[in-house]
Amino acid sequence: MAVVTQAAPAGHEEDKELLISGSEAVAEALTLADLDVVTAYPIRPYDTVMQAIAKKISGGQLVAEYIVAEGEHSQFEIVKHASTVGARVFCGSSGVGWMYAMECLVVTPPLRVPMVALVGNRALDDPGAFGVEHNDALVVRDVGWLLCWIDTSQEALDTTLIAYRVAEDRRVFLPLAISADGAFLTHSQALTMVPPKSKVDQFLPRYNRGDLLLHPDNPITVAPQANEDWVIEIRRQNNEAMARAVGVIEEAYADFRRVFGRGPENPWFEEYMTDDAEVILVGMGTISLPIKVAIREMRAKGRKVGLVRLRWFRPFPTEKLVAALSKASALGIIDRDYSFGSPFGSGVVANEIRAALYNADRRPPLLSFICGLGGREVTLEDVYKATDLCYAAAKAGKSDPKTHWLGVRE
Amino acid sequence: MAETTTFSNATQILEPFRGVKRVTIEEYFTSGHRTCQGCESALVMKLMVKASGPRTIVLGSTGCMYVANTTYYTTPWVVPWMHTQLGSSGSAALGTAAGLKALMRKGKMKSEPINVIAFCGDGGGADMGLGAISATLTHKEYNSLILLYDNESYANTDIQLSGMTPYGANTTFSPPGKVKRLIHTRWKKNMAGLMAAGHPECRYVATVCASYAVEMMNKVRRALTIGGPTFIHSLDPCPKGWDYDPMLSHELGELAIETGIFPLYEVEDGQVKYYGKTKAIVEGRARKPVREYLLKQGRFAHFLEEDLEYFQAKVDEMWEKWEIPAVVPFRRLDATKAALAPK
Repeated sequence: MAVVTQAAPAGHEEDKELLISGSEAVAEALTLADLDVVTAYPIRPYDTVMQAIAKKISGGQLVAEYIVAEGEHSQFEIVKHASTVGARVFCGSSGVGWMYAMECLVVTPPLRVPMVALVGNRALDDPGAFGVEHNDALVVRDVGWLLCWIDTSQEALDTTLIAYRVAEDRRVFLPLAISADGAFLTHSQALTMVPPKSKVDQFLPRYNRGDLLLHPDNPITVAPQANEDWVIEIRRQNNEAMARAVGVIEEAYADFRRVFGRGPENPWFEEYMTDDAEVILVGMGTISLPIKVAIREMRAKGRKVGLVRLRWFRPFPTEKLVAALSKASALGIIDRDYSFGSPFGSGVVANEIRAALYNADRRPPLLSFICGLGGREVTLEDVYKATDLCYAAAKAGKSDPKTHWLGVRE
Repeated sequence: MAETTTFSNATQILEPFRGVKRVTIEEYFTSGHRTCQGCESALVMKLMVKASGPRTIVLGSTGCMYVANTTYYTTPWVVPWMHTQLGSSGSAALGTAAGLKALMRKGKMKSEPINVIAFCGDGGGADMGLGAISATLTHKEYNSLILLYDNESYANTDIQLSGMTPYGANTTFSPPGKVKRLIHTRWKKNMAGLMAAGHPECRYVATVCASYAVEMMNKVRRALTIGGPTFIHSLDPCPKGWDYDPMLSHELGELAIETGIFPLYEVEDGQVKYYGKTKAIVEGRARKPVREYLLKQGRFAHFLEEDLEYFQAKVDEMWEKWEIPAVVPFRRLDATKAALAPK
């Protein structure tokens, strides 16, 4: 019998290239990941992902229980419970919406629920503002959420697939929040390679709740009252899961590169022109764009400046980051967040890096900057000013620990 | 194939028990809890899962039926059980049912009807969790039962008043004093009526009292087999919070019904059906005076005659003025009533 047509063998299907926003890229990844339960509630800017998912559901590309909740508290509780019976789940929020769900956010890690959430970073009320600030996602930095920041639509898609692989790994079983800067990424379109399902299936196994499955065939009691008898052991287990996540993340990125033929070798942070850099600037998210443009301008004038864009905040890549940063003559940490009353009044990232460097053999002068709050544009002038201050500190061999606010009306 | 928004809601087949001797012997809530002597809510838990059987998942929101009931290493639950947050009974039921449904319709889990029951106390259900319960009762694609065990206070945290605490009761948040005899002057929420009237697609709402155990279990069975989200409100006498001898729990449950303070009824597809002594009251039997119920409880020991009279008048109103007695507190204007009356 003559073979007239032949389906392409699995693994040989091509990626397709789409012009999509960060939120739409996440929705593409969720479709490929065969999501089971998703809950939506409106708040800008993250909700564009739910609009994109709703179209996937109504169009039939994605078969999932799609529930519009009556508030973020329920939104997160519904998927938390769906996950305990074995469903792959997705959720998300922004700003004060994320805060409204706070109770549900803190119970998810000790329950070892591998929920994946998108935080469309947004300034907290009051006063109302739609623009980006990182304080919303950062509030869960101490309670067991894996936290990462993304920069492009491609990274949004790829990181979503990696997120399920990492969170649902039995060695981890922790929730994971992907942070995307409101408007700058959630709403901005870019060409994005969307892989075929066959490749995703090679990379991402089915979620297996294992012996934690809540089902009549496995009649366990989950989260009984433990008090001082056991709580500290449970916290310790959470801490160990977070520590194990380091290796699991590295495995996942390596495997991602093997299957998809793209993605970074270093999962933890992107280094831009740092090889010979005298001054290294550090930031998270889409702030990389103005910084990279400024670096190119400054390098044309002979200033050796580089950028470290931090992807993973929890687990915090302490050793790798110290190795990358301690070689510079001065560091400038640009926070798109604040931490009022903190040491030196610095932002969260600056103080984390200060702590990470404490035991380093070489500690370059470190300057702390707060910039771009409420979604204010980070300008080239802001970056030049930060760099000038870093060079002055490098020359002096020390830095004043005070925090500099950039681009603020005085 | 195109899908509609309605799916078949297959449920288990759970026939009503025809008398106490036909109730199954198996227990799914056993030893291991540390509830108070005379705790009626613990009995409600036991009867609830006895009625539902083993293919059931139970979600318990914070409250005494969590803290006193489910201690690590000594769980009384034979069926799978999970804690949920104080205001999350609605979301827990919905999320569990949605997770099961997704996995079964996509062939990722063996397809079978599994009962999903979420319980909440009066604080968790009628105060904090009201919004989530309300939302769940509109999601008709997902089968679940939300059972509110109402012991009329935040009994786990030291007996503080809730929106379900009766008028005037002494709680640690409403202690009677020399200047203010009554701190708590709000009338109790009408939860079952609220749920039934507010959710036209919720097919089953009922009130129960464990003093009438077989009726209670059969209402649980009806709630689990009718399809879609359902709601049951259980009145649970609480020796600690109500301040009475633990041996009186059963009797106080009966008195709550006989005085007409708590009516036993169900609303199935919009039809109200009264039960037991409540039915007798509707059919004309005299209600016992509320003082017979109130004065057996230390939480009303500070009541003066005027307080008893006020309480009695409010209960009389439920029966004499409400459009559907003791269920829906609407009153028609007389003119409207006349116009609507059959000619």
